[in-house]
Amino acid sequence: MALMQVLRRVLGGSCSTQISSTARAFSSAPAPIKATLFPGDGIGPEIAVSVKQVFQAAEVPIEWEEHYVGDQIDPRTQSFLTWESLESVRRNRVGLKGPMATPVGKGHRSLNLTLRKELNLYANVRPCYSLPGYKTRYDNVDLVTIRENTEGEYSGLEHQVVRGVVESLKIITRQASLRVAEYAFHFAKTHGRERVSAIHKANIMQKTDGLFLKCCREVAEKYPEITYEEVVIDNCCMMLVKNPALFDVLVMPNLYGDIISDLCAGLVGGLGLTASCNIGEAGIALAEAVHGSAPDIAGKNMANPTALLLSAVTMLRHLELYDKAERIQDAILNTIAEGKYRTADLGGSSSTTDFTKAICGHL
Amino acid sequence: MARRSLSLFKALTKTTTSFSLTPIPISRSVTYMPRPGDGTPRSVTLIPGDGIGPLVTNAVEQVMQAMHAPLYFEKYEVHGDMNRIPAEVIESIKKNKVCLKGGLRTPVGGGVSSLNVSLRKELDLYASLVNCFNLPGLPTRHENVDIVVIRENTEGEYAGLEHEVVPGVVESLKVITKFCSERIAKYAFEYAYLNNRKTVTAVHKANIMKLADGLFLESCREVAKKYPSIKYTEIIVDNCCMQLVSKPEQFDVMVTPNLYGNLVANTAAGIAGGTGVMPGGNVGADYAVFEQGASAGNVGKEKMVERKKANPVALLLSSAMMLRHLQFPSFADRLETAVKRVISEGKCRTKDLGGDSTTQEVVDAVIAHLD
Repeated sequence: MALMQVLRRVLGGSCSTQISSTARAFSSAPAPIKATLFPGDGIGPEIAVSVKQVFQAAEVPIEWEEHYVGDQIDPRTQSFLTWESLESVRRNRVGLKGPMATPVGKGHRSLNLTLRKELNLYANVRPCYSLPGYKTRYDNVDLVTIRENTEGEYSGLEHQVVRGVVESLKIITRQASLRVAEYAFHFAKTHGRERVSAIHKANIMQKTDGLFLKCCREVAEKYPEITYEEVVIDNCCMMLVKNPALFDVLVMPNLYGDIISDLCAGLVGGLGLTASCNIGEAGIALAEAVHGSAPDIAGKNMANPTALLLSAVTMLRHLELYDKAERIQDAILNTIAEGKYRTADLGGSSSTTDFTKAICGHL
Repeated sequence: MARRSLSLFKALTKTTTSFSLTPIPISRSVTYMPRPGDGTPRSVTLIPGDGIGPLVTNAVEQVMQAMHAPLYFEKYEVHGDMNRIPAEVIESIKKNKVCLKGGLRTPVGGGVSSLNVSLRKELDLYASLVNCFNLPGLPTRHENVDIVVIRENTEGEYAGLEHEVVPGVVESLKVITKFCSERIAKYAFEYAYLNNRKTVTAVHKANIMKLADGLFLESCREVAKKYPSIKYTEIIVDNCCMQLVSKPEQFDVMVTPNLYGNLVANTAAGIAGGTGVMPGGNVGADYAVFEQGASAGNVGKEKMVERKKANPVALLLSSAMMLRHLQFPSFADRLETAVKRVISEGKCRTKDLGGDSTTQEVVDAVIAHLD
């Protein structure tokens, strides 16, 4: 029950119902955990099948509730995502999402924005590690970026003051900063990480980034076992490309997080290999593949399911199914390291199905 | 003239692959014909600054003296904890039009704004330029990097307009104007044209900041139309950073709003050898301030200052840019060649480049390699 206390401390009192329901799910082990699955567009359905197969082979007690993006705008969400889909995630509190292509046109919200707003996904977590056997210019990358996802530079508040002069507002609130900082330290603690670095530009934006730092410091005090440091964003960029091993867990406001998390993905081989998980209020976790839907290779059995698989692994960790998570992650890494079965983007010639079979074989 | 010498400089920096074997050429068949009186020494304002600043600016002074370069420095003490840049310093720069400067410490959260930024604003040095390239003989993860980051320096996220709306809610304004976006775009294309660069890439986040970054892009597109011989591309800032760490050779000249330029320049500097070797400066319609290219405000750690082991290469290469700016091209060539020889020999390098030399040892080596 120590776990429940930790969770309660982190998530606040509002979600006690959620904790008890998770606990119930654990106590009656045979009952499968329900999770929402958005296969998405393009290569999405193929790589989602891959995840389902691997999970089945690993006997993960998860029952998928599949939801597809509709072709009509649901007035309740002002988006192609239906209210039912969102309800499913809210009910299950865990979900996995493939790449989604937001249809071009006006009068609706982008799919990612809808999910973020409706589910209050406030933190984006991306573990980034070098894949053994897949050579990039950087070795020994093992870090986690945690990005505040609801405010900052992406507040969407912009206006033209006079002709030729435009203002864009960056909003930093104490509440959102504390929330993401809490999550970062909680994550560091539960994942055996030693250090949290807050990334900022408080030398220039003294009040906004200053507030962010202040919140991080406050939370850091509650976690004396975790080392806390502050790094200026430009210096962080330079250090990352010179020696990424210097970092452990990074927590940052929205824009910096966007840039740094993609930069880190570049260090280990691109978005096709990067896991990502969004954390929302009341313990919601929506894991996702952050790469595009690649319509050019859709349906050709060529797509690389690694990103979605690794994201699914972060989802299992969130559900505290650690041994399943380890098994599946090891199988993925071993398959890639072995080098016999690799998809085209990693320089191989295997099909999605062969790659998936190889992973199942490595379990 | 300027065009010729600059493109020659580019040719010099491009000889990355055939280092150490072929000596870098320093003489040329076409010579520079000065106007009578061009050899008169010019005065340049010097701000040693904080931390490692005095160390590295002193390195430049020594090398300039050894070369008998036709310039003398008017030295002013400015420190990051001052409220503002003293008026006499501003006067001096306005008179000399050219300044060389070490970093000024910016106190974090002390309610004092960065003097590095306020100097740029006060003198309207609207363009910041950082050249990130592989130095011959210095191994890095990436090869064939030769990127020039041109960054808007006066507005954007650095507008300094911040306030607390209600307790716990703080707002910061990013201001983008047509005027500033246009002039930085013009400068970037002009730079590309004068230096025989092929591509200008605008870095933005207009998918999210539709109005602000949208205005920046719109201005770039308009200017691009006037330079049909230069290829114009656009890239989103997060993708840009990802591309930089995987395929940096695809980039040439980049033009960016303020904050993105800061990040892009540091990332590019990191992949090409570190901020300790990348030259740069800030330039406006009337004045130019030369400083370390990326992380110009970085004053180093105390230990580095105590041990006197700061890397002077970035500022030495920046001073070569300054010499060319002052129309002393052969002095610029000599300085650059000497620095490059020291680097490619590899005997004398500071810690950031994998060596253990002190600043003075590097300076001595550079002086010894002067032709």
